[in-house]
Amino acid sequence: MNIHEYQSKQIFKEYGLPVPNFLTANTTEEVLASAKEISDTNWVVKAQVHAGGRGKAGGVKVTDNLKEVEEFADKWINNKLVTYQTDDQGQPVSCILVEECTEIKKEFYLGAVIDRSTRSLAVMASPEGGMDIEKVAEDHPEKIFKVFLKSPSVGNEDHLPLAEGLELSEEQTKEFKDIFRNLVKLFFEKDLSLVEINPLVLNGSDNLVCLDGKINIDSNALFRQDEILELRDISQEEEKELRASEWDLNYVSLEGNIGCLVNGAGLAMATMDIIKLAGGEPANFLDVGGAVDEKRVAEAFKIILEDENVKAILVNIFGGIVRCDVVADGIISAVEGVGVDVPVVVRLKGNNSEIAKEMLGKTNLNIIAASELSEAAERAAEIVK
Amino acid sequence: MSILVNKDTKVICQGFTGSQATLHCSQAIEYGTSIIGGVTPGKGGESHLDLPVFNSTKEAQQELEIDATIIFVPAKFCKDSVQEAIDAEIPLIICITEGIPTLDMMKLKQNADSAGCRIIGPNCPGVITPDQCKLGIMPGYIHKPGKIGIVSRSGTLTYEAVDQTTQAGLGQSSCVGIGGDPIPGSSFIDILQLFEEDSETEGIVMVGEIGGTAEEEAAEFIQSNVSKPVVAYIAGVSAPPGKRMGHAGAIIAGGKGTAEDKFLALEKAGVHTTRSPAKIGEEISKLV
Repeated sequence: MNIHEYQSKQIFKEYGLPVPNFLTANTTEEVLASAKEISDTNWVVKAQVHAGGRGKAGGVKVTDNLKEVEEFADKWINNKLVTYQTDDQGQPVSCILVEECTEIKKEFYLGAVIDRSTRSLAVMASPEGGMDIEKVAEDHPEKIFKVFLKSPSVGNEDHLPLAEGLELSEEQTKEFKDIFRNLVKLFFEKDLSLVEINPLVLNGSDNLVCLDGKINIDSNALFRQDEILELRDISQEEEKELRASEWDLNYVSLEGNIGCLVNGAGLAMATMDIIKLAGGEPANFLDVGGAVDEKRVAEAFKIILEDENVKAILVNIFGGIVRCDVVADGIISAVEGVGVDVPVVVRLKGNNSEIAKEMLGKTNLNIIAASELSEAAERAAEIVK
Repeated sequence: MSILVNKDTKVICQGFTGSQATLHCSQAIEYGTSIIGGVTPGKGGESHLDLPVFNSTKEAQQELEIDATIIFVPAKFCKDSVQEAIDAEIPLIICITEGIPTLDMMKLKQNADSAGCRIIGPNCPGVITPDQCKLGIMPGYIHKPGKIGIVSRSGTLTYEAVDQTTQAGLGQSSCVGIGGDPIPGSSFIDILQLFEEDSETEGIVMVGEIGGTAEEEAAEFIQSNVSKPVVAYIAGVSAPPGKRMGHAGAIIAGGKGTAEDKFLALEKAGVHTTRSPAKIGEEISKLV
């Protein structure tokens, strides 16, 4: 789960990580009032969306002119911000972060992520702050310094390799030690999957300040993170993906025109891949999970069909424990009930798949039964040609 | 021979009286698996599926000789269940449960390693040795005793590979679902090593997917440590970056973990790959 920058900064504050003074506002009037409260002379205003690349997209402004603050608020509140990380519709802005200006002497990167191959927490720092860290990792891997931790208990010197990498002074290293310790504490206590401070800066008085904040939380841990769960902003989530999740369906929308309905995440990806191999383009990833019941299949069809690009649907179910004739029955009812108006290619594998194929062939609906995965993909690709 | 489990493996089930456990344990018993009891806190002393129920794994351990445990406990409570199994030093812990927090798994993996226990999963279909022992949620009937070892991060896609190797007349020595989470209890490498050592396994099918670098690490391992032919397929060539594709671990993050990178790493290491999930059986047939 993602949260906004201002929420990340509030959490930073709770954990003793230094952040600039800030307020948040939802209307132009509030933005102006907040600005006046924060400073008499200059401000940073930042549109709050769940996406990076806001600066380049005009979603961040540094100014000493209150008029510009007002214009910024007017421009973005209730509007959508398009960045290279959003789709072409952009993300809705309902909140503006108003912050005091920080003088920047140096910019660093500080982040932490679960490192899958060492099965530990990797805390990373780089003197190349404020830049795209993935690009730094690619072009200058020697400028990224890492420390691996197996548990929340931080040793007295664990932060040193990073502080040295950042070439911090003795005084700054002391500050950094606290930041490091608190960041690790935060990571473990709040079940994060990623935290990034980009940039962490050295300000005019040579103190370290977190100028930006990005936090991702492990969705599997939300059952024990009530406070975090309250920070969820569903306006930032894709509407169809959100509705799918309410039905326990895993849906990701893609660019193509062949809708996919599959049981199992791996098989769902494989189905997309084989559609591509057959010369088609998948319109979505959709995993209906273990229980392939009629209600959820019907809901899955509805979600797939909302995408106007969809010209055919490929259903690929590996029956497994469930009998295929039962699954076929559910699919037929769902196609009929939902009123699916594009051809549906169905491939069912498992117990009683022959009976199921016969059942699917007999209906008056636009259902095409296939036995093998490649055959099913080819049929679907042919239809949309 | 086979790996991990066989007809003599004595198994208990944690979360025994729940509906999923009941369904899959009944099928496992029918398949011939030697399930000897189960654990559900508060139901100790009762009987379920004609088998004894214990309040804790420790209690079960005092009464029974246990080789393996299969866990169906809901994610919220699963950390404690796995830890109980580790504390009881059960050598093989198969965790079917989906949704365990990653930081819990980090800890459990460390604890299991120091206790000398092996975890398979979580978020996996389990392990099967055809006609001997079925410990998981896979459909037994698609498997056939034979010579291909299958290791996979996915559930139904594993069944696809199983079905194809059965159709090709090769059958399987054992099949292991290592699960779709970012930190699995056992890696591809752990299982590849076992297949390499298993006299019955003549060829190996490895099914990976986007996210992480487990396949790249496996590629390196295969190059220097595996003499048997391996066919690899990676799901998610068409997956977009930054989106989680169903499994917690299936995400291309920061340009890393793409299917293409994994295919390339495997090919560079001399592993046979197939770009089509429908050709896994055909490809391995050519090699064994």
